[in-house]
Amino acid sequence: MSENSNRLMLEVHGLNKRFGQVHAVSNLDFEVKKGEVFGFLGPNGAGKSTTMRMITCFIPPTSGIVRVDGLDTAEHDLAVRKKIGYLPESTPLYSDMTVREYLSFAGKVRSLRGNRLKERMDAMFSVCALTKMANRQIGKLSKGYRQRVGLAQAMIHDPDLLILDEPMSGLDPNQIIEIRHLIKRIGSEKTVIYCSHILSEVSATCGRILIIKDGRVVATGTPDELTSGHRSGSQYSLRLKGDKPSLKSGLASIEGVSGVSVDDGTDGWYDVQVNTASKDDIGEALFRCAVQNNWSLSELRRDHTSLEEVFTQLTGGGK
Amino acid sequence: MNTVMAIIKKEFTSYFISPIAYVFIIVFLIGTNFMFFQPFFLINQATMREYFGLLPWVFLFFVPAITMRSWAEEKKSKTIELLLTWPLSDAQVVLGKFFASLAFLATAIALSVTIPITLFIIGSPDPGPVIGGYVGALLMGAAYLAIGLWVSSHTENQIVAFILAWVAIFALMIIGHPMVTMKIPAVFVPLFSYLGLFTHFESIERGVIDSRDVVYYLSVTGVFLFLNAQSLGSRKSE
Repeated sequence: MSENSNRLMLEVHGLNKRFGQVHAVSNLDFEVKKGEVFGFLGPNGAGKSTTMRMITCFIPPTSGIVRVDGLDTAEHDLAVRKKIGYLPESTPLYSDMTVREYLSFAGKVRSLRGNRLKERMDAMFSVCALTKMANRQIGKLSKGYRQRVGLAQAMIHDPDLLILDEPMSGLDPNQIIEIRHLIKRIGSEKTVIYCSHILSEVSATCGRILIIKDGRVVATGTPDELTSGHRSGSQYSLRLKGDKPSLKSGLASIEGVSGVSVDDGTDGWYDVQVNTASKDDIGEALFRCAVQNNWSLSELRRDHTSLEEVFTQLTGGGK
Repeated sequence: MNTVMAIIKKEFTSYFISPIAYVFIIVFLIGTNFMFFQPFFLINQATMREYFGLLPWVFLFFVPAITMRSWAEEKKSKTIELLLTWPLSDAQVVLGKFFASLAFLATAIALSVTIPITLFIIGSPDPGPVIGGYVGALLMGAAYLAIGLWVSSHTENQIVAFILAWVAIFALMIIGHPMVTMKIPAVFVPLFSYLGLFTHFESIERGVIDSRDVVYYLSVTGVFLFLNAQSLGSRKSE
């Protein structure tokens, strides 16, 4: 057990949170290893922020256990908070302070003093590219810079666990790429929990992902595991010219094919979709079938399930 | 303790970042000076008794204006979520905000030093009651501030915080006033008049520091700071 806890940065067991009648988080179980960049994914209102608030000791759970680096949040409240750097969802900052004043304050409440404080502030200015903005008032900064100030605040004490709740919201694509690099760099040394409802973000940065819906875990794994593991077979798209009924019967007779659908295309071409029951590659068999039947073939590709599809299926998006 | 100092410093400077603070201080100084000096030459006595007599009423407006922002703004801008996830106890945060507001009030009071200086130039007042009056005013201000901060922790609207703090302080003032004590059963009169702020003004006005009043003001301050910490903790039981 103790060896196990040494490897784990965060353990969440049977976590529940009720707000009156609303069951915001129910029976959440997950673990985050040290040095992992962990994606916490879910549609809006799935319970992501509530979970993060419980981990950061802002609100206590209704029931369940949260351990950060082996310390129970219920018993070692202050010790846990010292280990965590947190960027809340809307990046709340004191807008009347300058960036320098704010970071100095954030450092002081983290018990940083003197040279150590100066050292960490300088490090944050350069890591978050804030040097030019040091003496600007936070309220007058653009969203991208505010976000960086929020990140700098969360990292100033060099935390073991960094929790970022929707760090990319409101950023433009260039800023997103910058912040993504920043997170990857931090993630190479620290444990990061990254909450988002945007898949591409999470899949680009995170080693492991947990998908949550209505306060429950619906899937967990690496991005690859999620995409391949979710669907048992695979799908091929073809563009063929030939006789429609024979196309259908010919393709259906190939070993491993579980379904064929043929849509009318243009100029005698048909758009065909072939589903298989297993993950075996049947590309070659499809090609041979077309040659044997003397069909013209202009397109043949194996479709990859995207994380988006998995997400939509799991979280019932669009319903 | 160092972290409390960091909060005090941050809160205190944030009062002066917005121009509103300067406006309040100027209004406070002009108002009190005007009200004091207008009848001053008629009375023709070199005492500050009249000045300290005004303060409970002036503070009724001035203190809610100081405290209205403290928690309401944190709640509105959601910075409270960061503040309360930093490694600070609720008590540290409450004390930090309280002492910062007290320092602000003390600054405003200190700027009224022109009044005693004038008195010492044109007359020869007894310095004892002047010093006693200032200390008393600060103690009374502390009690008002604690009430104002507690009220501010219940809303995210500054105007609501101002009005409710005014109402709360005013209510505590008048429960000891004859207006109220004449209409309640005689058994409750000593209790009400003890609890009422009114009863404890008089010694301040005279510039005499009565230990019973000190105990009263410190108790009110302590109780409301405690309630303030409780109301921060209430997020935990929702």
